[in-house]
Amino acid sequence: MSNFPFLSVLTVAPLVGALVVAFLPRSRPDLAKQVAFAWSLLVLVLSVVMWVSFNAGGDRFQFRESYSWIPNWGVSFTFAADGIALVMLMLIAVLVPLVILASWHDAESSKRSVPVYFALLLVLECTMIGVFAAADVFLFYVFFEVMLVPMYFLIGSYGGHQRQYAAVKFFLYSLVGGLFMLAAVIGLWVVGGKTFDWQALSQVDISTGTERWLFLGFFLAFAIKAPFFPFHTWLPDAGGAAPAGAAALLVGVLDKVGTFGILRYCLPLFPEASKWFAPWALALGVIGIVYAALLAVGQNDLKRLVSYTSIAHFGFIGVGIFAFTTQAGTGAVLYMLNHGLATGLLFLVVGMLISRRGSSLISDFGGAGKLVPLLAGVLFFAGLASLALPGTAPFISEFLVLIGTFTVNKPVAVIATLGIILAAAYVLWMVQRTTQGTLNPALTEVDGMRRDLNLREKVVVAPLIALIVLLGFFPKPVTDVINPAVQATMDDIGRTDPAPSVGGTVQEAAK
Amino acid sequence: MTELKLPSIDYSALSPILIMLGTALLGVLVEALVPRRWRHVVQLTLALLAVLAALTMVVLNADERMITAGQALAVDGPTLFLQGAILVLAAMALLLIGDRSVERGGAFVAQAAVTAESADDRRQAEGRNGLTEVYPLTTFAIGGMLIFVAANDLLTMFIALEVFSLPLYLLCALARRRRLLSQEAAMKYFLLGAYSSAFFLFGVALIYGFTSGIPGRTAGVDFATINAAVSESPASQVLLFAGMALLAIGLLFKAAAAPFHVWTPDVYQGAPTPVTGFMAACTKVAAFGALLRVFHVAFADAAWDFTPVLGAVAVLTMLVGAVLAVTQTDIKRLLAYSSIANAGYLLVGVLAPSRDGLSGTMFYLVAYGFSVLAAFAVVTLVRDADGEATHLSRWAGLGRRSPFFAGLFTFILLAFAGIPLTSGFTSKFAIFGPALDGGQAWLVIAGVLTSMVLAFPYLRVVVMMWLSEPGESTPTVTVPGGLTAAALMIGVLATLVLGVAPAPLLDLATGAAEFVR
Repeated sequence: MSNFPFLSVLTVAPLVGALVVAFLPRSRPDLAKQVAFAWSLLVLVLSVVMWVSFNAGGDRFQFRESYSWIPNWGVSFTFAADGIALVMLMLIAVLVPLVILASWHDAESSKRSVPVYFALLLVLECTMIGVFAAADVFLFYVFFEVMLVPMYFLIGSYGGHQRQYAAVKFFLYSLVGGLFMLAAVIGLWVVGGKTFDWQALSQVDISTGTERWLFLGFFLAFAIKAPFFPFHTWLPDAGGAAPAGAAALLVGVLDKVGTFGILRYCLPLFPEASKWFAPWALALGVIGIVYAALLAVGQNDLKRLVSYTSIAHFGFIGVGIFAFTTQAGTGAVLYMLNHGLATGLLFLVVGMLISRRGSSLISDFGGAGKLVPLLAGVLFFAGLASLALPGTAPFISEFLVLIGTFTVNKPVAVIATLGIILAAAYVLWMVQRTTQGTLNPALTEVDGMRRDLNLREKVVVAPLIALIVLLGFFPKPVTDVINPAVQATMDDIGRTDPAPSVGGTVQEAAK
Repeated sequence: MTELKLPSIDYSALSPILIMLGTALLGVLVEALVPRRWRHVVQLTLALLAVLAALTMVVLNADERMITAGQALAVDGPTLFLQGAILVLAAMALLLIGDRSVERGGAFVAQAAVTAESADDRRQAEGRNGLTEVYPLTTFAIGGMLIFVAANDLLTMFIALEVFSLPLYLLCALARRRRLLSQEAAMKYFLLGAYSSAFFLFGVALIYGFTSGIPGRTAGVDFATINAAVSESPASQVLLFAGMALLAIGLLFKAAAAPFHVWTPDVYQGAPTPVTGFMAACTKVAAFGALLRVFHVAFADAAWDFTPVLGAVAVLTMLVGAVLAVTQTDIKRLLAYSSIANAGYLLVGVLAPSRDGLSGTMFYLVAYGFSVLAAFAVVTLVRDADGEATHLSRWAGLGRRSPFFAGLFTFILLAFAGIPLTSGFTSKFAIFGPALDGGQAWLVIAGVLTSMVLAFPYLRVVVMMWLSEPGESTPTVTVPGGLTAAALMIGVLATLVLGVAPAPLLDLATGAAEFVR
């Protein structure tokens, strides 16, 4: 089964689906929704088959395919997935059907074409899969940039308050990062002997000065995408304005392209520069953790609050990557997955609350738990997962990042731990102000607030809750896939873990 | 007394030029002899057939490599590639020029001598058929451009420059509506163009002086002699530098590079839109074709001397184009500044001293030409009772009124912004790659930075069209007749194909990227 061209089929399939959906008559929105949902389920099934046929103990890169594209420049359609990419692909495949289901009525309020909304979601899925599956730097860049277009229209056409401003800001920030990366991509192509193949480029020796400039070009693009402090200001605007489903994908998956890019491109291709810049990157990560968490505490807009919590979490991921230990690296990758699940859930639930209330301001809620107990419960659970309560999946990743960092850099680990306390503050306070306490009398007058979760919404949240709990207790299937890939990345930059001083307990924790 | 020897002329190699100039003369006769109601059809058919015939001859000559007509014309890879490009783009422009369904009677004035804003003028604007002299004028211009990219000495180049410039000055003045703007544009273009021609001619004279006095050679302005003179001439280097600078002014004026760009926005705005498209696509190809030949063949050995200066011009051009594009409120002016910025990118390609650089520049010219013609084709369609609605605020909500054409225009804008899977991206790569390879990292950085700035105005138009609500005054998009639709679709398809599968054209450009000396 491993000879099946999984990655190219997975990339193309959503695009075909998008074309089908886009050309469905505008007068039959339900048909478009059903087709889009069915199509995304098809992609999910295919992804599960791919996951099963992935050999965790085998080669670093599997499912490799390569077709010539622009021979003049050494560009080819090369796809390959390592453990990290595989996990991200799986996350996409799981999230997209749930997002489609959760956005069932989102596009109707906007006066715009409903089929186009779902077509854009599928186009977005195509580009997201492509960006993680590409093993050719040019191809990666193409997906990295094209990804902006569907997201731009999702935010700009179907978003809420200030959507135009948010869409343009999102596009320009990402484009600026992308153009810096383009300069670095061309530079890499020149010093790498006119090839774009990742595996060939990872063997190239680059002079120190050049390497640092190229690293900077790539890192800037990824730091804006992720986003790390101080390049983060677009995310709260975009996350706040985007429809909830698109926001879940934006924060859950799209932003992971940044951290994934650092792991796949910055570290292995520019190992020396990565080590040289690591202190700076760690500093950005730590500042992001504390700063974004503080800002999150002060937010009065639910979606902006969730966006800020994500920036704090990306700080954790950044620290985990640049600590250069296997535990921290595994923790960071696991965090990329868990954050996608937990924040995806949080965004979707928040979206359900907002669509009922017709407002995203926390001050417009209060005591909502008395009207919609089930929804409030799910919000509470999503919040707990987001603050990394033990027993939920994010706890394991956060813990791995912290111990992995502690073994090599105690101050950073200690400051980062502050982030956990702040996380408790912003999540619990938000939950308290929205669902607990005395009932806001205005809420009872809103029709929507009398309806608790319906069947469709239950189907949306159930798989995510199950996955968060499952991976909270039994992350082994995922870590087994991630570990070799992270190990290989650490080998690329020539770092080995420090020998544990108290016989093996740290390694135990990693398992 | 030595016997006068006639130079040998390879007529088949020159046939594209001869066909175009011959057809232009024939077109003048058609004006005199054919009844008025037939002229439009006859002229348009004649011009299109001529372009097709010339293109066929270019394809048949694809393997010719020679210098013919004495030292006057070089028929080699770049010449043939650029001639082909000019002809293909000119065919698209002719389709736009010939369209009479979008605007009743076509985009051109019925009687150029009518006083602007008079009652007669209003009557002619209401739908009397436009001048058919535009076809011979266009064909003359195309013929001049074909010579311009083939010219192998500076005098021939100068004559070609005049042959294609004079018809363009006239064409600019022939807009059916907003006649004053159009006449002003023509006047500006003519005066500044005349100045720049004078600079060019003065440069030729200085270079001629520079080439005299080399033992064993007679003075001359053919490129082989100049090339020899650069390394051997006993004359003062001041002559060379001053001559080179004056020549560059003449050429950079046509290429719309800063600081010789000031005519561009006014002329682009005032000229009839099909002519603007013709200038933006074909004049650019011709001007850069000549720049490439002058600097890669004649002055190749002086690269150390001109590269920093031309580099500075390139950076300035990119900056001026990108920054001023941000402030524009008229779509035609916006596209004009965008075309200035693109001239800057093309200069980066001219300065990449390699075969890849040459082929990348040629690829860029073709890709940009297709996109810009498609862009102007859309501009001709967005109109209200007073003609084209070019003010940007009028485009608000266009995506809601006519999603199809707004979608096409969005695609073209994304191409201009350099988003992958469009020709805008591949062509930027085709230029920046060789430039970085040739050690011009600073130009690439400047190019990337200005691309960021330039993305903003494009994005603003996209926002206008899609994210704003249509207002009372949002014009509708006229459903185009066959000719404009054909030009538009060719342009959009080429933008897509060159973005997704650029390899065939790149192969062609790489194969052609060698000058005969």
